Amino acid sequence: MIEVHDLHKHFGGFHAVDGASLRIAPGSITGLIGPNGAGKSTLFNVIAGVLPPTSGRVTMAGEDITGLPPHALFHKGLLRTFQIAHEFHSMTVLENLMMVPGGQAGESLWTTWVARGRIRREEAEIAARAHEVLEFLTIDHLADEKAANLSGGQKKLLELGRTMMVDAKIVFLDEVGAGVNRTLLNTIADAIQRLNAERGYTFVVIEHDMDFIGRICDPVICMAEGKVLAEGTLDEIKADERVIEAYLGTGLKNKAKTEAEA
Amino acid sequence: MDFLNALVALSNFVIVPAVAYGSQLALGALGVTLIYGILRFSNFAHGDTMAFGTMGVILATWWLQGLGVSLGPLPTALLALPAGIAICAALVLATDRVVYRFYRAQRVKPVILVIVSMGVMFVYNGLTRFVIGPGDQSFGDGSRFVISALDFRAMTGLQEGLAIRTSQAITLVTAIVVVAILFWFLNRTRTGKSMRAYSDNEDLALLSGINPERVVLVTWLIVAALATVAGTLYGLDKSFKPFTYFQLLLPIFASAIVGGLGSPVGAIAGGFIIAFSEVTITYAWKKVLGHLLPESLEPDGLVQLLAVDYKFAVSFVILVVVLLIRPTGLFRGKAV
Repeated sequence: MIEVHDLHKHFGGFHAVDGASLRIAPGSITGLIGPNGAGKSTLFNVIAGVLPPTSGRVTMAGEDITGLPPHALFHKGLLRTFQIAHEFHSMTVLENLMMVPGGQAGESLWTTWVARGRIRREEAEIAARAHEVLEFLTIDHLADEKAANLSGGQKKLLELGRTMMVDAKIVFLDEVGAGVNRTLLNTIADAIQRLNAERGYTFVVIEHDMDFIGRICDPVICMAEGKVLAEGTLDEIKADERVIEAYLGTGLKNKAKTEAEA
Repeated sequence: MDFLNALVALSNFVIVPAVAYGSQLALGALGVTLIYGILRFSNFAHGDTMAFGTMGVILATWWLQGLGVSLGPLPTALLALPAGIAICAALVLATDRVVYRFYRAQRVKPVILVIVSMGVMFVYNGLTRFVIGPGDQSFGDGSRFVISALDFRAMTGLQEGLAIRTSQAITLVTAIVVVAILFWFLNRTRTGKSMRAYSDNEDLALLSGINPERVVLVTWLIVAALATVAGTLYGLDKSFKPFTYFQLLLPIFASAIVGGLGSPVGAIAGGFIIAFSEVTITYAWKKVLGHLLPESLEPDGLVQLLAVDYKFAVSFVILVVVLLIRPTGLFRGKAV
């Protein structure tokens, strides 16, 4: 689905992503883990077109998408959510969702005045779809609430909902679980698995919560210092020496080893 | 004590002029606030955009007058407005194409865009003077008054007269129509919502598939229309002189900031606050007080707090106070 070839992203002298290469298999829910500062979010931002790469290539289904702007990637079916949930704060939840399918008839200045009927029909369809999405996410009762008033977890659901307004191919979730309570986290995990199974979405998930990763992700990719360290199931990753070292450092690793042996 | 005469004098010298001036400022501030909310910089060229648009209207008006077209009691300039808006839109879109887009692509800091807009301001400034000259131009025609002071006195038998100029009435009516259309557009249409979405959260708007170039294009078109309408109304009400429009930049920015940059409702409220402050502080209250107070207390002086020459100081002081006490403005716009 997505292939990243030898990607570099440097900020001055700091190499946030330092020659990362990876493949995301179509139809998978791939977990992306790694200690803080491993370059996960930067990698997301480069793939999603927010930051231009210093060098390297990103392809989607064989097509080169390196450095394409976010709205162009959106139309190719590549969507992302943010680590800190983003929303259009002056609009209601329903309006937030209805913003999403770009290229609606009402976006043209001309049709706004001339083709009122067509726009009304189209908006009715989109509104119906938005209500379906809200039901799916169990937040239908919040449809007319101002998005600014939602809780952190509800905003994350709204972000997930945004990806459901179009037929996304691949969705990048940046720490969907951060700061979300257990109940909502389960709702989010269910939604991700159902979207994967029912609609064939491919997911890439950055997450620190290993239970969450273990529950929904296969395979898991571990990054450290801007490089890909290991790839496999969560158990394989957990057993990988290099991964333990990246998380705990060499000293602690030896200590953990001796304690385990004792 | 003569309450009625005091009220009429107050309306004549304070309320009516301030409402007209406030509407003009509000329209100007709406343009500034839209640019700030969507393109994210303070557009110093706005005053000269207004001057350029008004110049377009004046040229079209002269052409229409040459053809013998007239609107009867209404100024011909109203008929020339669409032409002026088109000329102004062509100019700002061309500027965006060759200047602002380059900086936008580089995602430069807002302060750089502010400096760029100052450069644009000087160019517009020169362009306007080159075409129409630096002097005063009068282009209002049609009847001068809706009610003149003489008629009012004859009608009511009061000592004070109330004059409402055609330009003042037109200003208020046009401003209400323009603002109603603008708010309908921003809140009800998909294009307007895209603009608000872009203003709320640019990153998210991009990731929702909203085409930024289209949002920017529509914003410039609306701003050109607002600037031309505001400039023309001001020109009809006072007179057209390029330098005056450059000076208007201060009260316009003060209006936008007092209301909260990025907030359209705030821009309108701010426009009226600035206009009323400016007019009341520079008005000589002797006449009104003379009607209200008993004869023994009648003031000898003019009771004018500030000479009219210093009217811009009023905006300036309000601006500074707002920035010190509540930088986000009355309606919680973006922090400056």
